[in-house]
Amino acid sequence: MNRGEGKLSVVVDRVDTITPMIKRFSFRARDGGELPRFSGGAHVIVEMPDGEILRRNPYSLMSDPADPSRYAISVRRDEAGRGGSRFMHEKVREGMELTISMPVNMFPSDRRARKHLLLAGGIGITPFVPHILELAAAGAAFELHYNVRTREQGAYAEDLARRFGDRVHVYETDLGEGFDLDAILSDQPLGTHLYVCGPKGMITDVIGRASEFGWPGQNVHYEEFLAPQPGKPYQVELARSGITVEVASHQSLLEAIEAAGVDAPYLCRGGACGQCETAVVSCDGQILHNDHYLTDEEKASGEKIMVCVSRFEGRRLVIDR
Amino acid sequence: MLVEGIKSRPVYGVLAPQPGLSHIIVAEGEGAEAVLRMAEAAPAGFFAKSHLIFVPRGGDRPDRADGLRALGAADFQSVGSPADAAAAVATLLRDAKMGTQVYVTGTEGLIGLVVQAAETAGIDHASIHTEHRGSMARRVQCVHCKGITENVTTQPVKCSHCGLTLLVRDHYSRRIGAFQGVCIDAEEPGTAPRPEELFK
Amino acid sequence: MTIVFNEETFRDDFTFRNSPVAIKRFPFPFHEDRYMYSVNIEPHVKTAPGSVYEHAFDVDEHYVAEMRDRELVLAEDPLRCQSLPHMELAGWDLLELIMTSKAEDYPDLFELYRDGDSWRWINRPLGIDDSFTFGDASTLPYGPMEYITRQTQGDFALLDQRDGNLWMDAGIVTTQADWSLDFDIGMNFFEWHGPVPLAHDMRVFERALKFLLNLQHGKPARRLNWTMTINPRLDTSPENYHKWGTDRATVTPENVGNLVHLRVELQTFWRLPRSNAIVFPIRCYLIKMDELVTVPKWAKRLHRVLKTLPPELIDYKGLSRYHGMTVEWLSRYDDGSPTSPGFFPDDWQDFQR
Repeated sequence: MNRGEGKLSVVVDRVDTITPMIKRFSFRARDGGELPRFSGGAHVIVEMPDGEILRRNPYSLMSDPADPSRYAISVRRDEAGRGGSRFMHEKVREGMELTISMPVNMFPSDRRARKHLLLAGGIGITPFVPHILELAAAGAAFELHYNVRTREQGAYAEDLARRFGDRVHVYETDLGEGFDLDAILSDQPLGTHLYVCGPKGMITDVIGRASEFGWPGQNVHYEEFLAPQPGKPYQVELARSGITVEVASHQSLLEAIEAAGVDAPYLCRGGACGQCETAVVSCDGQILHNDHYLTDEEKASGEKIMVCVSRFEGRRLVIDR
Repeated sequence: MLVEGIKSRPVYGVLAPQPGLSHIIVAEGEGAEAVLRMAEAAPAGFFAKSHLIFVPRGGDRPDRADGLRALGAADFQSVGSPADAAAAVATLLRDAKMGTQVYVTGTEGLIGLVVQAAETAGIDHASIHTEHRGSMARRVQCVHCKGITENVTTQPVKCSHCGLTLLVRDHYSRRIGAFQGVCIDAEEPGTAPRPEELFK
Repeated sequence: MTIVFNEETFRDDFTFRNSPVAIKRFPFPFHEDRYMYSVNIEPHVKTAPGSVYEHAFDVDEHYVAEMRDRELVLAEDPLRCQSLPHMELAGWDLLELIMTSKAEDYPDLFELYRDGDSWRWINRPLGIDDSFTFGDASTLPYGPMEYITRQTQGDFALLDQRDGNLWMDAGIVTTQADWSLDFDIGMNFFEWHGPVPLAHDMRVFERALKFLLNLQHGKPARRLNWTMTINPRLDTSPENYHKWGTDRATVTPENVGNLVHLRVELQTFWRLPRSNAIVFPIRCYLIKMDELVTVPKWAKRLHRVLKTLPPELIDYKGLSRYHGMTVEWLSRYDDGSPTSPGFFPDDWQDFQR
């Protein structure tokens, strides 16, 4: 296993169709050994050799942290996305060899919590599966509220409800159900930590309401991943490498840099960790900052760009890479 | 070890009303004025959800307590010492819910004790609202014997437990609720400078 | 390589000494003739066979004596080892990391047998053979962090990661250069570094914090730090400063070679997988001036580094009382000729063979 490089060679062990939109992929180590341990909320970057393009997408691990024999991820098919999820759905078969990164956790639980309150929407359930298994094994107090459109689409809802009984609450939004946020937020013991993962609107609502109810920011956690958004194609000059790269509309700047054979650091590929921060040498146009790592002042200054998710529109952009 | 310019001092803010389901407000001496100032910005109904704890200082003007009482808090308590105030906060927080805000204003000693009590109850220190008012006197922990010396106003100071002469460093432990005191003449015993009033 | 463990002390009669091999492999921290404060972090990969970088956790001739000294410190002051309640899982992570590393790197000294959660650990130098259940602290004589670090050289800090910061929430500290775990436990990265001068150029610290927050499992990092100590005293704690502080006034031009020691910390940084915490081992190496000058390159370089050290660092590192005498003493070993680049002695290649 190529651990020194922070990468793992795995074989696709199983592919399960959970719903027409969601597939679950299970991986085992290619050398037959144990996979590295991980903590609930961790993700891996899956490398996808898609013809000429090497795609790298982050996915939350959703297998049991206590089981080092397998990793599992869930992939929701995104027709409008840049193609990673379509590749996973259409091309990845059992027995295929893949390269993934070592697990990285940007969404860990706070072990000081007196209680863990988990709010999930749709595919946002995935990081919570290992969280719940970990919390249950440790005997920690937790409560999950999970909004899905229909029972059938509620990937993993049945299984969680069966295993964890009244600590798991599932709501079908197509039936007009949904968790009662105000009731939940106003009746939690001091020292509760709140975690939310799901559609952007839901995350915004939960964070906003929690703040209005006097929940301190230290107790509110959310999965910060952003998929790089497609946009208009553009050119970027890499000052140190002395080359110009073309960024296609369905490609991120980081992917374009990598495709040109230039090494660039990254960890989350979702605008959260700050590892790919790159200095802007000159900019004649508008940087479309899509990350939530840089502060508003830093974004306004135009001196830095997070190449994993941000884009550019304008005449000329030169970056220090 | 005896270096000047250490930067790990606590930073205190200015109290302002926060959104919340209930509020616990602790004031000591001049801290009453910080609460009265906060009250000017408080939305209607704020004090009806509040529990106010006051620690009068010796020589306090009696109208301080009256001013606080007039805010109409759901409950008003006057206690004898910062330690009593911290104990009262601990009791109130025992069955508290998320959405309970804690405010504390007064000397660093009082703030330290209340922050400790609130952290023990499960509140992250960064979400406790503090404003420093009144004396700059410090609680100092002797790093050698671990004894606490209260109301320290001089630099250096004699440890009230082991008797070593301590340099009071600007290094503060929230967990202990005290500044660090380190023997000032360890390298040449008997050469400690004369104490000067520094923290008034 | 068989290690012969020294019978030696780090207190009272100070019989600590370095063998010629230990001198050659000493992690000399200056790669040029002038010291510049920098973060200087590099990957902790196994390099330079024979050096302290050959293994994940270096075990050397001082191992058994250092563990005995730790036992004495803990018996006198149990607060040198503390773990806040939420850090126990990180302790198990650390135990696993050290046991698997040592069993792999030193199979003649350490053995580990695992069957699920049933583990058996054999530590030959310390005469330990324990069976226990991984994850169940009641099956060990101490908590997991304390158990394994009573068997591992160096201080350890376990850092919890939350709110974009690192929190020193557990540790064992008996060989420290002047900081108190009991006082600093629970502090964040900026708070516990508060007393470090020059670091107030916050950008240096912000960069270091960002690096650590993004530290990956399987990609440990390391750096060297240094100071000087009078006598080969491991436990230069603030707790006992009133007892050892007088050492500094005992240096005379005649005894510099025997009393003044260069103290180097090999600091490593590891992401722990189960807890997402970071462990920060701080391994201390000591060498007296008499021993150090047996490597001519180091004698010349240390003389030049100390001579050009900024006054605020002389103060911070506590060298004021004996800095001048030490520079003067070392000048005898510096003929002004150029030194070769890098850390290693000039005959390092021969030594490796």
